[in-house]
Amino acid sequence: MSAAGDGRAPPRAAPDPATVQDQRAAALLLAVDPVGLGGAVLRAAPGPERDGWLALLRGALPQGCAWRRMPASVPDSRLLGGLDLAATLAAGRPVAERGVLAEADGGVLLLAMAERAEPGMAARMAAVMDAREVALERDGLARRLPARFGLVALDEGIEDEGVAAALRDRLAFHIMPLPPAPAGTLPDIAAARARLDSVTVPHDVTQALCGAAVALGIASLRAPMLAQRVAIAAAALAGRDTVLAEDAALAARLVLAPRATRMPDADTPPAEEPPPPEQGDTQDAPKGESTDAPLEDRVLDAARAVLPEGLLAGLGAGLRDAARRASPDGRAGARHATPLRGRPAGTRQGELRAGARLALVETLRAAAPWQPIRRRGRAGGPRLLVKREDIRLRRFDAPQETTAIFVVDASGSAAMHRLSEAKGAVELLLADCYVRRDKVALIGFRGRGAEVLLPPTASLVRAKRSLAGLPGGGGTPLAAGLDAARGMVEACRRAGRTPLLVLLTDGRANVARDGTGGRAQAETDALDAAKPLRIAAVPALLVDTAPRPQQFARDLAAAMGARYLPLPMADAARLSDAVRDAAA
Amino acid sequence: MDSVPGDHGRGGDANPVSTRSKPARGVPAGRAPYPFAAIVAQEEMLRALLIAAVDGSIGGVLVLGDRGTGKSTAVRALAALLPPMKAVEGCRYGCDPGDAAALCDACRTKPRLRGIEVPVPVVDLPLGATEDRVAGALDIERALADGVKAFEPGLLARAHRGFLYIDEVNLLEDHLVDLLLDVAASGENLVEREGISIRHPARFVLVGSGNPEEGELRPQLLDRFGLCVEVRTPMDLPTRIEVIRRRDSYERDHAAFCAAWDKEQAKLRRRILAARAMIASIEVPDAALERAAQLCIALGTDGLRGELTLIRAARAHAALEGRQVVGDAELRAVASPALRHRLRRNPLDETSSSTRVERAVSELFGP
Repeated sequence: MSAAGDGRAPPRAAPDPATVQDQRAAALLLAVDPVGLGGAVLRAAPGPERDGWLALLRGALPQGCAWRRMPASVPDSRLLGGLDLAATLAAGRPVAERGVLAEADGGVLLLAMAERAEPGMAARMAAVMDAREVALERDGLARRLPARFGLVALDEGIEDEGVAAALRDRLAFHIMPLPPAPAGTLPDIAAARARLDSVTVPHDVTQALCGAAVALGIASLRAPMLAQRVAIAAAALAGRDTVLAEDAALAARLVLAPRATRMPDADTPPAEEPPPPEQGDTQDAPKGESTDAPLEDRVLDAARAVLPEGLLAGLGAGLRDAARRASPDGRAGARHATPLRGRPAGTRQGELRAGARLALVETLRAAAPWQPIRRRGRAGGPRLLVKREDIRLRRFDAPQETTAIFVVDASGSAAMHRLSEAKGAVELLLADCYVRRDKVALIGFRGRGAEVLLPPTASLVRAKRSLAGLPGGGGTPLAAGLDAARGMVEACRRAGRTPLLVLLTDGRANVARDGTGGRAQAETDALDAAKPLRIAAVPALLVDTAPRPQQFARDLAAAMGARYLPLPMADAARLSDAVRDAAA
Repeated sequence: MDSVPGDHGRGGDANPVSTRSKPARGVPAGRAPYPFAAIVAQEEMLRALLIAAVDGSIGGVLVLGDRGTGKSTAVRALAALLPPMKAVEGCRYGCDPGDAAALCDACRTKPRLRGIEVPVPVVDLPLGATEDRVAGALDIERALADGVKAFEPGLLARAHRGFLYIDEVNLLEDHLVDLLLDVAASGENLVEREGISIRHPARFVLVGSGNPEEGELRPQLLDRFGLCVEVRTPMDLPTRIEVIRRRDSYERDHAAFCAAWDKEQAKLRRRILAARAMIASIEVPDAALERAAQLCIALGTDGLRGELTLIRAARAHAALEGRQVVGDAELRAVASPALRHRLRRNPLDETSSSTRVERAVSELFGP
């Protein structure tokens, strides 16, 4: 599933009036049934377009509705709630504090920078949206707090960044806001809300929405379910008691179209990710699930014979150490020695020094049983007596997540030599990543340019699938591959992860940055593209897949500050030496 | 910073569990859960949950699958389906008066155990729960008010003899996973915090659900689940339409919808009770044991737990179907959920474990 509503062109020049109208309708429908529709993903940078849509929604909501805004990273104590310490101490009994989700009950919750929300947080929110209440099991409190709200995820993601799928699936509308139309008169939202429950849905509308979802390759059943809710809200807004075809059409445009994974008339089975459109010289592309298995086995066996397992593990470890060593000074997102951020990992007893974070509740807990004893013999004084041995500090697990970016040369020369073996090598490295729970990303380059085949993912299955679908053939645009790699390295650093680069190429660069042929210019461009990678201090490995080690590949490795590893044809002894050297 | 309405202390009640867990023991206060009997398709998942309801010793169910396939709906529906159980009156752990060996320390000292009917707990472990609420900890209120160290049981205590459900189990924090692994293996929760030292029985059926695309499960946790089912979105149109229609009528009026399904629910409940009654008398012939062993050898599963679970699940399945003898058909029906997560993992082999199990089954049992 690619990012929300990406099928549409970015808003430019004259916005399509029909789309503007639909977006206006989405805001009004959400005001009618925020809980039933889940909410919306607004994919746009902050600006008048986004503000306009939000203002429309806010204006349409009934008076007194909650309108809460929250950042994408909130601790659980604020998200779900917890013990209200001040009130607890004042009252002498536990008092619960509501979290943001419970505070948004009955209204709309805005999630700012939604693309930064972690899967864990998205899952918490999704669970609350499903149950329509917060199940609070924290700080010694067990409560159920109502939380019926519509969620508007403000997605400012660039390219592959986007709202977590668990949330996107639950939000009816996926919108890239256009400049809003001049404000017209608002329809009667309150009347529509009152009418919601009495709107009936003819059987053929349900059937049409389900059929459309299947034809568009939408797997999740929430999509047709939400589409039906949208159709109902549309009918209610129009003052009707029955859903008509036009309501269903609006629902399909707003809910189903942005989720489509294929054109409706295509015969191919729904793929989770549209397959790369390349056809070309696809000697390695899968021809079908069952027929390519033997080929894959062969490829894997070939690679296994060349790359002994133990050596690979050693190499991986070496790379990781390099990643740690190479951490440049002063860079945002660099690692803290004693982490003060990340996931909370319990508490410990300790002294409150600078840099330590006090775990108030745990401290209070530790102090609580002794209060009557400590108070004995004292008249007056503070209500709470906390001693040094009560102090509890928070521990955090800093995310040490690594993303291994594989940049694979799929050009004709590489394909001829040993693309399949390179793929096998990548698969073995992938397995290594899997064991260490790294994320992996895959960039392929061939012909005229590079292509991100797989954005960073923890799913090995997806990585394998997109690797298997990598066709070979065409020129070698090495510079383009390196540029794409640099883009992803930067994206990884922005997301707070440590990137690690593995480049597999035969070093025969023959396509320059501008897409023209010519070896000399191509090599100059490649060296140019390699330099920023060295400056960025990305730990990297260059695997030379040419039959004979190439001087240029060696130079390239030096230019990008990478470890150089030739993969000589069927020369296991030399390879072993090389790997041993590299890992040393 | 407002306190939540209706959340005034417990008024010195001597039985803290009864007040705190009111919304969780049994049905959540808000909406009645979607009826189990009304779930469309997903036979494998429903069968696995019913098997776990018949024989809790099988060791839990893991449901993996795509978004929006009704994973959590099915598990939460279980609560309303299960027949009530007998528990010691006033026991905060819900001890079984008929099982003297498994009583908690408090019940052991009681001269006479009075049993009352209570619903089987289906406890949700929400993401974001803190360790003190999961394992239980010092009762902060009594410590504040009276300066007394008293133990406040957590979710594990509440789930004793019932089900513990974790949605998005692959996103659960590591320290909670460690805790669960230990308790699920020993059937006992040991709390050593803040100067209290308490042990109490905590035997529950662990039910987890998750989407494998969002992260893998630790092998140790995987191993704790007896059955593992994979759910996929139904792609045929009539099924999808039926799902949407039922869901819509449930959303509109859950009370009426649940009432309409009452009869089916009661039928299913009787089936569970009948299966529990007959499971002890079901015969497992040597031939079936041999078949199970052959299958496990062919698949190269680690240890004997695969065989054990396979046989137990087949027996529970036979009981649900009203058959007296475990044969090939019963083994086949449960082979995939009992074995697919026990295969030695080759992270590169995309042939899913299910396919491997199916292949081995058809080689052994014939097509």
